[in-house]
Amino acid sequence: MILLDRVTKVYNRSNAALDRISLHVEPKEFVIIIGKSGAGKSTLLKLLTKEEKPTSGKIVIGGLDYDKLKDRDIPLVRRKIGVVFQDFKLLPNKSVFENVAFALEIVGVGSQEIENTVPKVLDIVGLKGKEKRYPNELSGGERQRVAIARAIVRQPKILIADEPTGNLDPKHAWDVIKVLEKINRYGTTVLLTTHNQDIVNKLKRRVVTIEGGRVVSDRANAEYREA
Amino acid sequence: MNNRKLVTFWRIIKGGLQGFARNASLSIAAIAVMTITLTTVLFSLVANATFTDTIQRITDRIDVSVFLTDDISEQARNDLIRQLEGIEVVQEVTFVSKEDALERYRQDNQDNPDLLAAISETDNPLPASLQVKPRDPNRIQEIQQFLERPEIRELQSEDPSYSGDRKEAIDNITGATRFLQSAGIVGIIIFALISMLIIFNTIRMTIFNRRDELQIMRLLGASTAYIRGPFIVETILYGIVSAIISVLVCNLLFRISANAFQANSFGLLDIGFASSYFADRLPLILTVQILIGILIGAVSSLIATRRYLKFKTSK
Repeated sequence: MILLDRVTKVYNRSNAALDRISLHVEPKEFVIIIGKSGAGKSTLLKLLTKEEKPTSGKIVIGGLDYDKLKDRDIPLVRRKIGVVFQDFKLLPNKSVFENVAFALEIVGVGSQEIENTVPKVLDIVGLKGKEKRYPNELSGGERQRVAIARAIVRQPKILIADEPTGNLDPKHAWDVIKVLEKINRYGTTVLLTTHNQDIVNKLKRRVVTIEGGRVVSDRANAEYREA
Repeated sequence: MNNRKLVTFWRIIKGGLQGFARNASLSIAAIAVMTITLTTVLFSLVANATFTDTIQRITDRIDVSVFLTDDISEQARNDLIRQLEGIEVVQEVTFVSKEDALERYRQDNQDNPDLLAAISETDNPLPASLQVKPRDPNRIQEIQQFLERPEIRELQSEDPSYSGDRKEAIDNITGATRFLQSAGIVGIIIFALISMLIIFNTIRMTIFNRRDELQIMRLLGASTAYIRGPFIVETILYGIVSAIISVLVCNLLFRISANAFQANSFGLLDIGFASSYFADRLPLILTVQILIGILIGAVSSLIATRRYLKFKTSK
């Protein structure tokens, strides 16, 4: 499903952001990636969403070999992957419904289908009845759940969540994590990066630790330990 | 899938319309300068057509009259006609007999009984003549040289008459037209470039204002065409609106000037002709203007979006 083979990313010559990272994620897995700021987590995710190209190494996602993709195929990759960002990246002048619908609009889904699909997804993330609210009328946790709804509305096989709880208080953070677990139960591969020790310990999932651009540990049901 | 493409196409158009409405203040500058460009184009077109028409009309009247002696034989006359027709610059030779000349004289002087009485059928002093029409009024000397040969001069009752004064007028108008054509082209190019620069800037500011939305679109997998399309639709709309404004403004100007200058002539520019030329071809002119507007808009937004929307992945 997700395969990284000795992927290296160098921004400037003195040090590599990612140093020969190899990682294999099975379909429907829930993987937590941890590591300090600057360890290379964000770079890794940017390579997966094709915001950046690796300096060397091989990336294959859902059968797509990134080496063979042209720039104009990037949208096709991004349509297969749902992404949730730490800063939500919602459009402030669009309502909750419109923000989620936006992901469908840009790929040419008809209005009728949008009307049918969006409420179902908002229900999954627990925002039923808040369709007409605007992002500034929502709490951080609710905003992040709108972002998740937008990421999964196209039913991607993979969901990448980059520090989705980074800006949230523990209660809201946990709401967001529960939504991610639910989505994972429905069959979506989830890749989550986080700093939150509590979340890692409670989830009991596979944990990949990155440090200095390398994978330093990769353990199932791991507990977070301060390095 | 086809349906998806249609939906996408429609959303691109809709996005362009929304952008157009939302950017009113930014759009005004772009539309204003584009209107000036298209008005310059329009004026150049109409002025060029008007001058060409004036030149054509005067050129049509330019000819050389070769007056023949009364005792010239038919044989000699036909030889002369043939020789004249053999000169490359000669377009047409028309024979005007003594009777024809008299008939013309009578028509020209209908209102003047004294002049009519001076000439009668039995005593016709008017010579027969050949009206020689040149292809190019600038090369009338070639005809002149031929007519001045002694053996040819013998056949003529008096010196040929050249419409030399008209030629001067033509030279003036031709000069003015050439100047106007180059001025028009230079003006069009300058204004078109200014329009494009202003459109570039408009698009750049729009992209800056909407950078979050554009970034999100890209991260969510919107195609390049979907992101770019609305900008192109928007600038095409500038072109259409500017074309319509420019044609309306010119229409108004021609109406006012046609009323104001009753004399129908404004220096070298024949306002009457210009107005009717414009009025007769209104649909065509509007279409051409709209097409030029669309072209300028589309080209500049294609370049601007290519430049300011970064589609490439960073290495």
